[in-house]
Amino acid sequence: MDLGSISLVAFFASLMVASTPILLAALGEMITERAGVLNLGVEGMMIIGAICGFAVAVESGSAAMGFIGAAVGGALLSMLFALLTQFLYATQVPSGLALTLVGVGLASFIGQPYVGESPPAVAKMAIPVLEHIPFFGPAVFQHDAMVYISILLTIAIWAFLKFTRGGLILRAVGENHDAAHALGYKVRLVRVMAIGFGGALAGLGGAYISLIRVPQWTDGITAGIGWIALAIVVFASWKPGRVLFGAYLFGGLTALQLNLQAANVPLLLVLPYLVMLSGVIYLAIAVAAGSWKKTLDVKPTLKTFAQFIGTGLVLLLIGVLTNYASSLDLLLLSSAPFVATIVVLVVISARSKGASNGPAMLGKIFQAH
Amino acid sequence: MFKKILATTALAVGLAGAAFADDKTKVGFVYVGPINDGGWTQGHDHGRLELEKHFGDKVETVFVENVPEGPDAERVMTQMALTGTDIIFTTSFGFMDPTLNVAAKFPDVKFEHATGYKSAENVATYSARFYEGRAIQGTIAGRMTKSNIIGYIGSVPIPEVVRGINSAYIHAKKVNPDVEFKVIWIYEWMNPAKEADAAKALLEQGADVILQHTDSTAPLAAAKEAGAIGFGQASDMYDFAPAPRVSSIIDNWAPYYIERTQAVMDGTWETVNTWDGISTGMVGIGEITDAVPADVKAEALALKDAIVAGTYHPFTGPLNKQDGTPFLAEGEVADDGTLAGMNFYVEGLTGDVPQ
Repeated sequence: MDLGSISLVAFFASLMVASTPILLAALGEMITERAGVLNLGVEGMMIIGAICGFAVAVESGSAAMGFIGAAVGGALLSMLFALLTQFLYATQVPSGLALTLVGVGLASFIGQPYVGESPPAVAKMAIPVLEHIPFFGPAVFQHDAMVYISILLTIAIWAFLKFTRGGLILRAVGENHDAAHALGYKVRLVRVMAIGFGGALAGLGGAYISLIRVPQWTDGITAGIGWIALAIVVFASWKPGRVLFGAYLFGGLTALQLNLQAANVPLLLVLPYLVMLSGVIYLAIAVAAGSWKKTLDVKPTLKTFAQFIGTGLVLLLIGVLTNYASSLDLLLLSSAPFVATIVVLVVISARSKGASNGPAMLGKIFQAH
Repeated sequence: MFKKILATTALAVGLAGAAFADDKTKVGFVYVGPINDGGWTQGHDHGRLELEKHFGDKVETVFVENVPEGPDAERVMTQMALTGTDIIFTTSFGFMDPTLNVAAKFPDVKFEHATGYKSAENVATYSARFYEGRAIQGTIAGRMTKSNIIGYIGSVPIPEVVRGINSAYIHAKKVNPDVEFKVIWIYEWMNPAKEADAAKALLEQGADVILQHTDSTAPLAAAKEAGAIGFGQASDMYDFAPAPRVSSIIDNWAPYYIERTQAVMDGTWETVNTWDGISTGMVGIGEITDAVPADVKAEALALKDAIVAGTYHPFTGPLNKQDGTPFLAEGEVADDGTLAGMNFYVEGLTGDVPQ
């Protein structure tokens, strides 16, 4: 056991790298779903983005061109879905699943000549001044541009949905397409654009894997990350801030479990404290936000805090009772990112008032009369 | 009922097959990954192509790639058996039970399962003694590491993988008593993103040599970026030579596939349990590049020669198990049964074998 061999700076840095593709794809899918369209083809669009980005980057020698190519590729594939669902009125769920199959197969086909190629390196973009802050500098402010772009996008999407007319129209289309139509909004156009945006962001997420995280091309490179992004959108109840949180939680736990394995530390030895620490952080944020808004729901806040602490104590007890049993631990290690992300997001969305069941028109076909 | 339909269809197809295809032997391959994974599946597919080259018009090969280990594998094998395939090679450990289930329904079709331990009248098993190659890798790794930390990416915790870790560790330790192994299991044979993350985690924790039992080249890409070294797995992965890839274990299945297909043609096919190593060429050691000092290279090659000549076995005592209990006495050599079921670490390795 050697907890000291885990470098926290390196851990936080790898956490951000592991989270970024999930975040990008989930943000795109969130916009698509807020417009009332359920596109289950995220995995397919991601892998198309991964190969388009890779191919363009290799051919042009520029990673930036690669990312543009990835966004275009993802958006183009999503237009197939738009054609099927918005113009031919096909049911969205099977169309989305089919899109994944098409995307995976097509990516494999396009990718044949690129196996074994190396893409151009992506330069790290250190943020001036901030990069010199001890600890936070190297952990947070010395990444490639896409990491910052993904976070800026989260903020931009939040502001778009909350403050702009366009955001309002998008939400109106997702909540009640008949009413939006009656008001004169072009429901189909809005949805096609939302689908395209979702495709472009999924493509960027895919390219982040093939150009930065791995970086190379092999078949099946996205390995299910699209499905995780899809799940995070739902568990984050279609809110950008929570999507960011969910993506980082998942990426963080993935990086953590690999680091713990390498350091040979049982997960049960650290998990209880992490859960309790999360509770304390949650309480601090809730109190800070409450005093900022000048209202604080004391009871539910304390209840959630108690749930965190309680879960931590239960985990601690399990750990002590089983003497940090390795079999249990290994089960936890591989499933922890999935289980923990779902549990935490469910707890959060269950407690906040009016936290939605999602856009009312999600998955419903709209036909203008 | 379903079985009956299957049997009837099989009979019908079998008759049709006999009528049309008796001049061509149809050989099927079921792959767990894509044929261009650069590793394990590519190695098998290379064997398939060599088989075609060897027999020309006398064989017809079919393959299905990316088959998940589980019920879906049975569907793929059934489909192959129903379409007149004479011999089917199933090339992943997790296909073991599906292979036996399907084989029971098609007694006239020959099945060959790679890396498993269950056989039947019409199911043979074959595998390679990869641990011999691991001994050579361990020797190079132990000599080359400066941080004395070697990272090992484990795939699925089955005896074959555990054996590889033990063999590499024993031989690294032999040439470098200070060496330490860090093992990460990713529970998959191939997942480039996860392999890359695992490699990075190991490198961040001080490893400067990465050994992998996973099929993609992602760990080599990570090693390259960090200035560390690694080894090709299953296929040569020569794109990464001379560094980070300093050598490799190459699976060479072609001679075996040719021999077994010939046996089907001659009607002499029998169930066997083949376990060959470097000496027959089933396990190849990829070129040791100039990134390795000449004396280390010579030492590694001497070890290889000793293994080929049969004068040295990688699991030779004295060896203890991880908990300190004796495993092999001085000079004692592990028998194949023990090796086939190996589910424990040897003394000195840290962590637990996932059960």
